[in-house]
Amino acid sequence: MSKKRIVLTFPGRLVDQPITYHLIKDHNLIVNILRANVTPKEEGRLVIELGGNKKDMESGMNYLNEIGVHVQPLTQEVVWHKDRCTQCTACVSICPSSAFVVNRNDMSVSFRKEKCIACELCIPICPYRAVEVHF
Amino acid sequence: MTRTIAEINEKIKKGKAVVVTAEEIIDIVKEKGTKKAVCEIDVVTTGTFGPMCSSGAYLNLGHSKPRVKIGGGKAYLNNVPVYTGIAAVDVYLGATAIPDDDPRNTVFPGEFRYGGGHVIEELAAGKDVKLTATAYGTDCYPRKSIETTINIKEINEAVLFNPRNSYQNYNVAVNLSDRVIYTYMGTLQPKLGNANYCSAGQLSPLLNDPYYKTIGIGTRIFMGGGIGYIVWNGTQHNPSVSRSENGVPRAPAGTIAVIGDLKQMSPNWLRGTTFTGYGVTLTVGIGIPIPILNEEILKYTTVRDKDIFTQIVDYSDAYPQRKPDTLGEVNYAELKSGKINVKGKEVKTAGLSSYAKAREIAETLKGLIKKGDFLLTEPVAALPSVESGITFKPMPSKPVKKK
Repeated sequence: MSKKRIVLTFPGRLVDQPITYHLIKDHNLIVNILRANVTPKEEGRLVIELGGNKKDMESGMNYLNEIGVHVQPLTQEVVWHKDRCTQCTACVSICPSSAFVVNRNDMSVSFRKEKCIACELCIPICPYRAVEVHF
Repeated sequence: MTRTIAEINEKIKKGKAVVVTAEEIIDIVKEKGTKKAVCEIDVVTTGTFGPMCSSGAYLNLGHSKPRVKIGGGKAYLNNVPVYTGIAAVDVYLGATAIPDDDPRNTVFPGEFRYGGGHVIEELAAGKDVKLTATAYGTDCYPRKSIETTINIKEINEAVLFNPRNSYQNYNVAVNLSDRVIYTYMGTLQPKLGNANYCSAGQLSPLLNDPYYKTIGIGTRIFMGGGIGYIVWNGTQHNPSVSRSENGVPRAPAGTIAVIGDLKQMSPNWLRGTTFTGYGVTLTVGIGIPIPILNEEILKYTTVRDKDIFTQIVDYSDAYPQRKPDTLGEVNYAELKSGKINVKGKEVKTAGLSSYAKAREIAETLKGLIKKGDFLLTEPVAALPSVESGITFKPMPSKPVKKK
């Protein structure tokens, strides 16, 4: 089974469609919703982890493309500015998915993009504004 | 075995001084014992890199043509207000100052994206900074306003002068309430959701010389990437708190006032800092060398994280209401492990002071001394220690008498 984390952007006309339902029911995918919001411009954004076999994943992605949902991989969205980071570790205790971790031997901070769920909790926490999330 | 600072300096000049960091000395003494180690080691270097609000820089901007008396007027650097109540073109830029039009906490919690600390960082980086000022005008200073660009390379003086830095130990902050709180110790999640601490522990300067036996007024230090000096005790210097058997305070205690040429400093070691819902500040890197004059001084430098205890304080009630209650004690080895136990609950910890950067500072200072680029100084006067009887006074509420 493969897994991937993606950001779905829905144009206004699709906001009231049960797209997650179709991904699960018609394409046999495991959908884990990490974040969801509708912006003031009535665009919908959904951060999900999709799981399933290769064939189902392909058909699910085709379905999303066909109906006009914009799909981006999540990892491109989160930027950790290493040069701004001072290794203070303030982000580590707040990060729910352990994307920010400390090497306890030298107390250095590292960021594991693949673990990040783009919850944005670290953004106001960082005293040096070293993390940015671009949607 | 004793040695003097003059003897150490002779060795430094010859490139023969043996210098180690406050972290390295722990294992050296464990292996060799104090008797042997004291014969071998000349200097132990310390370091700390954390937010230090009582910081700021005074600048002499030079005189425009015609002249303007900014003193007593109003002046801004990148829209951040500076203190003008001194001579005509001297100003003091405080780390926590914020632009007049910053919304602050109007929409709570405020973002506080930019302020004095950030201007200081940009000055140190050699960036151009906008100066705007208005003045009342005098016969000798006729001009009433000015708007121009300044650069640290072109102004007469830029001196970082911090009234309180390098706290000897600090509280661990937690939140017992049922809402998120935004403090100078970071954002604290409700019901003991997290615990924030702020000290370099075993690398921290004043924790390695707990009674200020070598660190004093006149001590030359590494400051913000340049050379600085200790000029006085810091404000709120409080040597009389309870101490462990090793002399280490179990609560915030001593502080230092420091000064140094901002023109030598670098944004690597001076950082504009933001605390959401609280304000802006400056994170300062400081390193202090400890001359190993005798066995006693050496022993103090071998202090380990597990020997340094501090108080856990509730920042939702006890801190703001100035209640003396603490929720218990914890040591820095526990804090650095990532979790501590508070009232029977496992709580995740995070630092605000960077241990990794503190180590880098101690290493940098070690390198400077080894190369002969940094000589030690004899303090010209001691910092007040335990016997001074100095205590930390509160502000009493008194009625204001009408004249």
